[in-house]
Amino acid sequence: MKTSKYVAALFSLSLLSTATLVHADDDGGTLAKIKKSGLITLGVRDGSVPFSYLDDKQQYQGYSIELCMKVVTALQKHLGMSELKVTMNPVTSANRIPLMANGTIDLECGSTTNNLERQQQVAFAPTMFVVANRLMAKKSSNIHTLADMKGKTLVATAGTSTLKQMTILNKEQNLGMNIIVGKDHPESFLMMETGRAAAEANDDILLAAQRANAKNPGEYEITSEALSVEPYGIMMRKGDPAFKKVVDDALVRFYKSGEDVQRLYYKWFMSPIPPKGINMRFPMPPQLQAVLAKPTDSGDPAAYAAVPEAQKAAAKKK
Amino acid sequence: MNYHWNWRIFWEAAPDGTGTYLDTLVSGLLWTLATALTAWIMALALGLVIGTVRTLPNKWLARLANAYVEVFRNVPLLVQMFLWYFVAPEVLPQAAGDWIKSLPNASFVTAVLCLGFFTSSRVAVQVSTGIAALPRGQKMAGTALGLTLGQTYRYVLLPMAARVILPPLTSEFLNIIKNSSVALTIGVVELTASARAIQEFSFQVFEAFTAATLIYVVVNIGVVYLMHRLEKKVAIPGFIVAGAASGGH
Repeated sequence: MKTSKYVAALFSLSLLSTATLVHADDDGGTLAKIKKSGLITLGVRDGSVPFSYLDDKQQYQGYSIELCMKVVTALQKHLGMSELKVTMNPVTSANRIPLMANGTIDLECGSTTNNLERQQQVAFAPTMFVVANRLMAKKSSNIHTLADMKGKTLVATAGTSTLKQMTILNKEQNLGMNIIVGKDHPESFLMMETGRAAAEANDDILLAAQRANAKNPGEYEITSEALSVEPYGIMMRKGDPAFKKVVDDALVRFYKSGEDVQRLYYKWFMSPIPPKGINMRFPMPPQLQAVLAKPTDSGDPAAYAAVPEAQKAAAKKK
Repeated sequence: MNYHWNWRIFWEAAPDGTGTYLDTLVSGLLWTLATALTAWIMALALGLVIGTVRTLPNKWLARLANAYVEVFRNVPLLVQMFLWYFVAPEVLPQAAGDWIKSLPNASFVTAVLCLGFFTSSRVAVQVSTGIAALPRGQKMAGTALGLTLGQTYRYVLLPMAARVILPPLTSEFLNIIKNSSVALTIGVVELTASARAIQEFSFQVFEAFTAATLIYVVVNIGVVYLMHRLEKKVAIPGFIVAGAASGGH
């Protein structure tokens, strides 16, 4: 009869959580909260170069943060406030959801993938970046496509959509790859650098950042074959349409400005950035150009580009 | 809290194509058990030897064993994991290092070795305290009966010490199960890593970690129960009774 006690405990726990959920929405939303406190809290990352990171002067900066600051200005105007204080609160991929849910952060300005599964939990602002999964390997290992990886060891980061895609592709195409898992992106790179893996699979922009930061950038090559398409977005709480509208409008207005957004892109992806003056050398992908011209917050990859065969195979599996 | 609870998440298909999120957790649990149990066997065997050596009359052997204990006990487990996984293959000759790196399941093997060594130092300390806790006369009586040192340990001291240290060994057993979560830092997708993967894919962070917590608790309660049964089974009437203060000399 002990089991029934545990079941009862679990049941009451879920009841409790439903109760808190009901309680959540009667506070008038994020706009009211910002107006009342005169403060907006941005969730930022400390190592998502060049989207959101900490520089040598202990300042958070990056492409996503600059976009968020545009939103902050729009919010201040919308609410008719003479002053709006901004706090930067560092988050990790593990705590961004709890911190967003409990109201610690209002906007997450990092490099978070927008997909349909995550939209069950949170909302996303119009897409600010589009990445593709690619491989990076040492030039000496002669790896140019996924097929070259047959029977070799591949590393991907734990808990990423890349990892799941690679697992599926490995089975589907009978590649017989030994897929190992890095705890985070730097560790995945370390595994490839030290030869534990022949190649690293990751979002292309992250690979470009790792390469730019490497001791010897010329040693590594990123494959040209795109294995997936994924939109990045600024994240906010779900079920707050008034707040989302102000955020979305501000970003759409900026995206459509044309020149300003090009300048912002050039600043972070095509020129040397602090603290070490590295240059990502990452020209704007055509999918991003398309989405900036026609902004959307869709979590469906098909809204951004022809979905690569590899990704379709992965989606089918679900 | 603005959070969308979804306890049905565990019955939804996981995007890694291997089944539902529940399967993800189960696979994580199996890796946790495999890592912890293998490392536990290694820790018991090594700990028993090292712990015994620490109590031997030979000063040099005892010092060596003490050094072993201090090294593995005083370096944080996380650091040890990194040293074994990333540094050890680099200090070996190139060929040996490359061979180790290309081993299948290298991270699992490394995690077992690392956890095994770490826990063995803790087990060793308990074994020596167990032996030291026995009345001095036991060893003398063994010698008086004409037993050699080896025989005294084998037939008199160790069987009694083992019974004395069963309760703290239970704690170590629980520790090794919980400590196995550190293996996620070198890429073993055990229970905690599975919970992290679920939260990363679905954003249902509280559900994932609640489930992982419950599983850890259930597994550990199971261990406590089994160890308790074992304690009762091997108990010698009149020797060590729980709570009884048996006299020393």
